[in-house]
Amino acid sequence: MNQTAEIVAPQQDQPLVQVSGLEVRFKSPDRTVHAVNGVDLTLKRGEILTILGESGSGKSVTLRTLMRLLPERRTQLKGQVSVDGRDVLAMPQRELRRFRGRTAAMIFQEPMLAFDPVFTIGQQIAETVCRHEGVSHKEGLARALELFELVRIPSARRRLANYPHELSGGMSQRAMIALALSCRPRLLLADEPTTALDATVQIQILLLLRELQRELDMSVIFVTHDMGVANEISDRIAVMYGGRIVETGKVGEIIAQPRHPYTLGLMNSRASGELKGQRLEAIPGSPPDLATLPSGCAFAPRCPYAIDTCHDSVPIAHTIEGQHWAACHRLEQTQP
Amino acid sequence: MGTYFFKRILYVIPITLAVSFFCFMLVHLSPGDPMDAVVSADAPREVVAMVQAAYGFDRPLPEQYGRWVVRAVQGDLGLSTANGRAVTTEVFGALVNTLRLALVASLIGFTLGCLFGTLAGYWQGSLLDRFVTGIAVGGVSIPHYWLGMMLVIVFSVELSWLPSSGAGPGSSSDWVWEWRYIRHLILPAITLSVIPMGVVTRTVRAMVAEILNHDFVEALRAKGLAEVRVFLHVVKNVAPTALAVMGLQLGYLLGGSILVETVFSWPGTGLLLNNAIFQRDLPILQGTILVLAIFFVLLNLMVDLAQARLDPRIQRN
Ligand SMILES: Nc1ncnc2c1ncn2[C@@H]1O[C@H](COP(=O)(O)OP(=O)(O)OP(=O)(O)O)[C@@H](O)[C@H]1O
Ligand SMILES: [Mg+2]
Repeated sequence: MNQTAEIVAPQQDQPLVQVSGLEVRFKSPDRTVHAVNGVDLTLKRGEILTILGESGSGKSVTLRTLMRLLPERRTQLKGQVSVDGRDVLAMPQRELRRFRGRTAAMIFQEPMLAFDPVFTIGQQIAETVCRHEGVSHKEGLARALELFELVRIPSARRRLANYPHELSGGMSQRAMIALALSCRPRLLLADEPTTALDATVQIQILLLLRELQRELDMSVIFVTHDMGVANEISDRIAVMYGGRIVETGKVGEIIAQPRHPYTLGLMNSRASGELKGQRLEAIPGSPPDLATLPSGCAFAPRCPYAIDTCHDSVPIAHTIEGQHWAACHRLEQTQP
Repeated sequence: MGTYFFKRILYVIPITLAVSFFCFMLVHLSPGDPMDAVVSADAPREVVAMVQAAYGFDRPLPEQYGRWVVRAVQGDLGLSTANGRAVTTEVFGALVNTLRLALVASLIGFTLGCLFGTLAGYWQGSLLDRFVTGIAVGGVSIPHYWLGMMLVIVFSVELSWLPSSGAGPGSSSDWVWEWRYIRHLILPAITLSVIPMGVVTRTVRAMVAEILNHDFVEALRAKGLAEVRVFLHVVKNVAPTALAVMGLQLGYLLGGSILVETVFSWPGTGLLLNNAIFQRDLPILQGTILVLAIFFVLLNLMVDLAQARLDPRIQRN
């Protein structure tokens, strides 16, 4: 790794996030988990991209890599990750800490568990503001109050003095969003931010996120395994399977014309017409074992169209139309 | 917040009463007649009866207990049957010595325990971790009277660096923090510190390792906090539990140093108890146990209150 990260002047027309050839492996004495196996991603400024996929497909790992949050000692990283013109994988620790929370911020799946239980919410938000903007704790708290009003938490002042266990799930997710937005990040990473919430609260949080994203002109990468949620919030969808992106395109394209057999499976497993609140299920077979990845397409063992080629070689991406592409040997089979 | 503290403090009263009752009864249930210590076996009956009446041993037990409690509240724990001195003076003189020893021992034990535990927890599974865990297991497994004797053999007998017994020249009220006294404290304090060191190491190690696995630690790093700052968060999470364990250990040190105090002839409550048992000195036994028990209760109170201050979740229940 380079000692100093290359700093390229960020340009407005340049994508905010550029990931290419990303591979992530977790080493332990007895096995190596191939969690991500060659992911390419671009995210424009002001865009919301949803990463969709089954449990274990590498969504969270990809997201964490964007902030280099994975345990350094056991993780092998390959490829390029650039955010806002900066090479994330080559950043020295100091710069990395300035980058985290300021350029990119993360919202977690379990908001209740993402706060330190022995500090008040206000303290925890103020701490972040102080860290990045060098202001006093008092000014940090004042900012926290503004943020609480921004994410529409009622009786904001009183809530700031609450401890995490004193907030409901929806309320703490709002607080988590306030925390993430505290230093006006350009990139917001949201790892299943609504999965742990009730359906009604889910919608409120999604609408809030959508609105804040427009207001603050952020780019968002949103992870979910809920097709309904993906449809609700995103501009673009990337479908992940076995640590690779198998299909990506605009929301409309993916929903209306899914081409990868796995995406098709996802669509078919939903009750027809009803998009919201459905979980993915009912594709026969089980996800690949990431310790012993097959040599061909990872989906081949479960794919109804699989032929020998699929088991032998990994398919490359084929453009379908504009930015819509899928990585499959058998695309002609799924033509509408 | 206020009501929790108030309630917790009120609890002390019934607990203390119950404790005093058990102290009183325990000693009466044990075999042996306290009168043996005061009068010789062939003394005439009238003399025995007179002495019995003087000590109040002729009254029914509930009455004895009542009188004992009433006087104890006024600071009078009766007279020693062995030497006729006031129990209160004896006990508090010894208690000061025991406290001195226990505090130094716990200072050593807790400091090392927290240090080792944190290091091992942070680098769980490393060589350092295995080494530290080994020390901790050794610490809780070695019988401390044996360790005490070994230390005496090495440092007093072989090397003659440190004295093997007593608390220094003069009586215990002469004690000052000077080398000629402190050197008497070193071996018993080290001996006594080994168990709390082991227990605290293991607790802190487990807690640190557990806390580091919590989601919020990743969230703290994701905020861009420096590792030192993350560490402070971990410490504040570990503190309530560590504190509770240390409070308990300090309590054990106060009450459980009988063997060590006997090995080193340290004039504390342990030695006092030991002698009282052999002399069947009931008032001393009752008084010492009561004072130690109340100390333990107060210690627990302080730990609970401190814990509640550190962990906001506690006041909820
Ligand atoms: N720190 C780690 N060490 C070892 N293996 C890991 C680590 N983090 C993730 N993995 C493995 O990497 C694979 C991908 O995990 P990831 O968390 O990205 O899945 P996901 O798509 O987010 O699934 P989910 O929907 O369940 O959150 C899993 O098999 C997981 O066990
Ligand atoms: Mg995940």
